[in-house]
Amino acid sequence: MKALQNLFDSIKPNFEKGGKWEKFHTLYEGHRTIAFAPDLTTKATGAQIKDATDLKRVMITVVIAMVPALLFGILNIGHQHFMATGEAATWIDKAVFGAISVLPILIVSYAVGLLTEFTFCVIRNHPISEGYLVTGMLIALVMPPYIPLWQVALATIFAVVIGKEVFGGTGMNILNVAMTARAFLYFAYPAQISGDQVWTYLADKTAVDGYSGATALAVAYNAGVEGVDAGEALAQHNASIGADFSFMNMFMGWIPGSIGETSTLMALIGAVILIGTGVASWKIIVSGFGGAYVMGLVMNLFAANEFMAMAPHLHLVMGGLAFGVVFMATDPVSASQTETGKWIYGFLIGALTIIIRVTNPAYPEGIMLAVLLMNVFAPLIDYYVVKANKTRRLQRATV
Amino acid sequence: MSKTVKLRKGFDINLVGKAAKEMVEFAPAQTFAVKPTDFVGLQRPKVLVNEGDTVKAGTPIFFDKAMEQVKFVAPVSGEIIEVKRGEKRKLLEIRILADKEIAYEDLGRIDLSKIDRETLVDRLAHGGVWPHIIQRPFGVIANPADEPKAIYVSAFDTNPLSPDMAFVLQGQEAYFQAGLDALTKLTSGKVHLNINGDEQGSSLFSQVKNVVINRFSGPHPAGNVGVQIHHLDPINKGDLVWTVNPVGVTQIGKLVLEGKYDASKIIALTGSELSKRGYVKTISGSAVTNYVKGNLQSGHIRVISGNVLTGEKISMEGYLGYYHNQITVIPEGDYEEFLGWLKPTTSKLSFHKAIGMLSFLNKGEFKVDTNTHGEERPFVVSGVFEKVLPMDILPTYLFKAIHAEDFDEMEQLGLYEIIEEDVALCEFVDPSKNDLQELVRSGIELLMYS
Repeated sequence: MKALQNLFDSIKPNFEKGGKWEKFHTLYEGHRTIAFAPDLTTKATGAQIKDATDLKRVMITVVIAMVPALLFGILNIGHQHFMATGEAATWIDKAVFGAISVLPILIVSYAVGLLTEFTFCVIRNHPISEGYLVTGMLIALVMPPYIPLWQVALATIFAVVIGKEVFGGTGMNILNVAMTARAFLYFAYPAQISGDQVWTYLADKTAVDGYSGATALAVAYNAGVEGVDAGEALAQHNASIGADFSFMNMFMGWIPGSIGETSTLMALIGAVILIGTGVASWKIIVSGFGGAYVMGLVMNLFAANEFMAMAPHLHLVMGGLAFGVVFMATDPVSASQTETGKWIYGFLIGALTIIIRVTNPAYPEGIMLAVLLMNVFAPLIDYYVVKANKTRRLQRATV
Repeated sequence: MSKTVKLRKGFDINLVGKAAKEMVEFAPAQTFAVKPTDFVGLQRPKVLVNEGDTVKAGTPIFFDKAMEQVKFVAPVSGEIIEVKRGEKRKLLEIRILADKEIAYEDLGRIDLSKIDRETLVDRLAHGGVWPHIIQRPFGVIANPADEPKAIYVSAFDTNPLSPDMAFVLQGQEAYFQAGLDALTKLTSGKVHLNINGDEQGSSLFSQVKNVVINRFSGPHPAGNVGVQIHHLDPINKGDLVWTVNPVGVTQIGKLVLEGKYDASKIIALTGSELSKRGYVKTISGSAVTNYVKGNLQSGHIRVISGNVLTGEKISMEGYLGYYHNQITVIPEGDYEEFLGWLKPTTSKLSFHKAIGMLSFLNKGEFKVDTNTHGEERPFVVSGVFEKVLPMDILPTYLFKAIHAEDFDEMEQLGLYEIIEEDVALCEFVDPSKNDLQELVRSGIELLMYS
């Protein structure tokens, strides 16, 4: 490692004040601190020792928690493809096929995102923050497998610049950056990110007879429109080729959908990692699922159509709810920051998701908008929690 | 009246290098220093001595023009060898070359049964012990003109490697009691002695009279007087309470009973890099060279006056701080570590359990150096500070209010209730590596002076 250190040392003068690449100083520091934890020491006064955990480690924990969802997503893209085209394939074929369609999206997301981030850091002379490690992965995981790469790039630039950098960079953003990217695509290029055709990557093959690429949410929604039992409709969907939307299939994630969102199980594995390491708030995750379930029950009470009458536990495994609640809602920067606020914030995300899903024909998936909406309202929730704290203090003074 | 409080939030930092409960012998120091920088809130110090003057222990050597009644006195007798100033003539140190035998200024014994409050205040203010009396809010030296609502003494220290107060004050029972008696005369309210509820009360603290005894238990910062006050009778806007540490109480007692400023105290020599660790009898402001040089296990070290959370880096030739009851020596951490942010480890101490941070599996003692383990970042992770601050305060919001210099918010969010030491653990656990103690002081200064 001495050699690498020497290499860094040898190019260092170029980046120091007066050096020819002085402007790119922050890039130098950024790369050096990734290779080597820095040799900074504590100040003469104040805490003389510091905790061994830094933001890099916190962020990498989130990335690792998403790896099961990524790997499953890759496999599932292949699985869906071969099932739709009716070809026989081994698991290895499926994984290879999935990797070929997913990895370019992941690479574009990271490459474009980091480049945007670096550009801003250089212009503003900010240190490079590790927030994008997580965002880059998240953006890829919420994309459909069919998405054109230039759209991924465009959405990433939009999200990083408008969602984050204009507010001052990592830690300052109001909206979840990855959700901003997805929302951008959803409204700018709806054809590539909604409907029945985009969730299964067919490449140039044609689907077998009787195959429908609709998502579980679309099927359930149509059941509501047509007045057939939603649970029944889900169970019968694509049943002829063994790709039905039974609870188990949806829980495992063998269904069409965005790359990383389909498997509730993988999201829960991620949740276990995040909660076990203390990186994400268990309160948000628990109240998020709770809010969705409760709102599902409320919908049952009205039961104006068959979708509303659907058993609430099915809501928990459909669409991107689990992925969104575990990985998106828990983003500490855009979430509520008070402990009481986290309960309210999570609950409302779950509840809103179901409301949007069930009642709004234009947006079959509600989690994206629910998270973004609650991102906006999180400061308001916190405002009241903080106000309660101030009031307690004030009342104490007067009695 | 007395309360028992169990605290759950907090974190005990378990370090290598605890002091053995035994006295160790070292050659006494020859030079001593009074450092005006030790005294928070000192505004315009005026020096009363010149280089070459001889002083006795208890001779005033400077005072603050903003609070003239309080005199800062020499801890030993001898010759003033240097009045050290820094940039803009800021007074840094007044160094004294000590006599072999200490001569004391006769300050006169104090008969607590006869003396009135005003005279007592004046005697304490002239006797060198007044700076031990700290005012809350703000954590500055108490103003003799004020009368506090109550006085609080925390009889135990939960900081890392902190000295055992019962051991330090052994044999000083009479002085300790006299000090408390003097304090009871200073307030119409109560004097609270807060003792460690986890330990069976040592004879020293359980036999104390005339005060309210409260028991606190739980992890650090249970021993912080600010946390204790919050659970006994929280400070509101307009309130004024005083706090004194037990060593200060004893020195006040010595002044009362013997009529002299006796600044001798027992301090703990701690830290992983010292070979001989234990307790040593010394005097406030002593040079630390004799305790450290020749007593080291390695070469690249940092000497800290005080503990690792709130102490101050001093040089090997530096001096013990006025308020400090321990010296800690730990390794300096100015090294780079390949992928140090990623490597799994059980030997690096962390409050967190992020991937690879396995120190929670390690129940042993940790050897910690001064490396920051990362660069400064904006606040990202939420809910961490709350876990180590056992007070009904929203630390993140308070810190942000200070950043924004929002006076109303600072007040309303509880800046009156905390000082640096209360957020020291927040500063330690912060993955974004912000200097929160410095931040809190800057907020307090905004509230105080503008």
